[in-house]
Amino acid sequence: MSIKKIKLNFILVILSLLTISSPVRAELTIDITLWLDNALRIAVIPFEWRGPGKHPLKMTEVISADLKRSGQFAPMKVADMIETPHSSDEVNYASWRNSKMKYVVIGKIKSLARGSYQIQFQLLDVEKGTQLTGHSFQATQKQLRRLSHHISDLIYEAITGERGAFDTYLAYVTVTKDRKGQNRYRLAISDSDGYNEQILFESSMPIVRPAWSPDGKKLAYVSYATGRPQIYVQDIFNRHTQRLTDFKGSNLSPAWSPDGRRMAMSLSKDGNAEIYIMDLKTRRLHRVTRSYGVDIEPAWFPDGRSLVFTSDRGGKPQIYRQSVDARGGVGRAQRLTFDGKENLRASVSPDGKRITIVHNIGGQYRIALLDLESDQLSILTDGRLDESPGFAPNGGMLIYAGQAKGRGVLAVISSDGRASHKLRLQQGDVREPAWSPYKQD
Amino acid sequence: MVIRNKILIIGLLASFGVACSSTTEQSGDAGGQQDASSDTRDTAQDQAAINSNPFDDPSNPLSSRVVYFGFDSDSIKPEDRDIIIAHAEYLSANSGEKVVLEGHADERGTREYNIALGERRANAVRQLMTLQGVASSQIDVVSFGEERPIAIGHDESAWNQNRRVEILYPSH
Repeated sequence: MSIKKIKLNFILVILSLLTISSPVRAELTIDITLWLDNALRIAVIPFEWRGPGKHPLKMTEVISADLKRSGQFAPMKVADMIETPHSSDEVNYASWRNSKMKYVVIGKIKSLARGSYQIQFQLLDVEKGTQLTGHSFQATQKQLRRLSHHISDLIYEAITGERGAFDTYLAYVTVTKDRKGQNRYRLAISDSDGYNEQILFESSMPIVRPAWSPDGKKLAYVSYATGRPQIYVQDIFNRHTQRLTDFKGSNLSPAWSPDGRRMAMSLSKDGNAEIYIMDLKTRRLHRVTRSYGVDIEPAWFPDGRSLVFTSDRGGKPQIYRQSVDARGGVGRAQRLTFDGKENLRASVSPDGKRITIVHNIGGQYRIALLDLESDQLSILTDGRLDESPGFAPNGGMLIYAGQAKGRGVLAVISSDGRASHKLRLQQGDVREPAWSPYKQD
Repeated sequence: MVIRNKILIIGLLASFGVACSSTTEQSGDAGGQQDASSDTRDTAQDQAAINSNPFDDPSNPLSSRVVYFGFDSDSIKPEDRDIIIAHAEYLSANSGEKVVLEGHADERGTREYNIALGERRANAVRQLMTLQGVASSQIDVVSFGEERPIAIGHDESAWNQNRRVEILYPSH
């Protein structure tokens, strides 16, 4: 076979693979590794479908997967369901009690005119024999997946009292090899279950530190596209990109203030890495730190009046806290971490009461939680090189980057450490995760 | 990328050197009665051919373009001082030349702290060079942290190779 013919066959194979693949297929696949053994048993019964042809999306599969991933629920297998009621008068509570279910979700999806659907669901408490919550919606086909995540959030909140974080995005960086064996970096966002990946930026040079704006509409990140690390901001909807820094040295660690008007960052333009705050309107810089060490990786407290950051001013990297105002740093930095050889890369919980950090214990880098009131440190993971920890917007889960079988993966873990799952790519590494805030639309 | 071009250019220089010496040998053979003196001249030309590529000459410190560091350290090892000083002397003597000091770190720790660490290492090399009289405008520093490892392993041997500063001449 001539070279030309081999090439043509190769191209045809690739094209056929592309047409077979569904546009919403997950790029990230999920492995559930740990699960609470007293997880709440819930039967999410497939919704009744009224419409022509196949139903547009098995919403209950998305909902079950969400609830299972939280580690707090044990969804019943559809194959084990003896009854499949669709309205509350069809529900036989006694038989659900026999199946040891605590909750049942029932619902309907009906096709309306012009490509839209009506969806309703009810969450029922088996023991009490009553409805906990119920809602009705209208949506287009494109909106159904997101609506499924929203329903998961409503179910989660009705049962646990805590807001869910299923209708959120993840941002992350993937690294694969191109045909010449060179690294290809991509900045991407996806739904919280890894579906609907969108590539925002691609480069042959490294990308690090994606950071969500508080309104969830923009991503800041660091890119080596110009040859040295600079900070950029991209609007995730219109893809408009602006460069925030132009300074010599390394421009790193973009961190949005809670009001979205300022960006903390680490710049080495004045000799060594120091923390600055940039006013995003005027682009004026206000200096926060002034030390001989490296000051880097700032994160804001929810009131916008102080920062935590990593500094090796004491010899090894540790976490410090510093008050800030409109003009920059106020007073002296206060050291927060005293356990362990090194502590780095702090993120603050949504309620400001805890920070999560990278903690060096015996040469292994693990994710830990520091309770700021009690000063208790708890180590959550057991990898050798875990990093980039951050909270989900409900504060109940953390995401971080780890290693599995020699490849970079993302991992989500409940803040008590008892439930976890991993997100990995088919090929290549995924790293640098950032969990979006709650969506505001 | 600078590293790949560097290797390609070294290859070209090496082949240039080989071509040079074969031409002089031919003219040496073609000589006749002037063999003795022309031989000396030809040997001197051979020598000049090699000396004009000091970066290529393994006995010349300028051919060393990587220096290595201890864990979490930006201290220059005593055995590396001579190498850096040789590069500094070259740059002082060739004030039109520019050098890029590319700092790196091993994978341990966090990505951004490692970029800062790589930069500190490159700055240590820069400082030694400027003390030797090199103008700051000749030196550019950039750090890739752990993003460009030379060795893809998760052990001491890989880590040792990755904690480095590379001395790169964009014009070579």
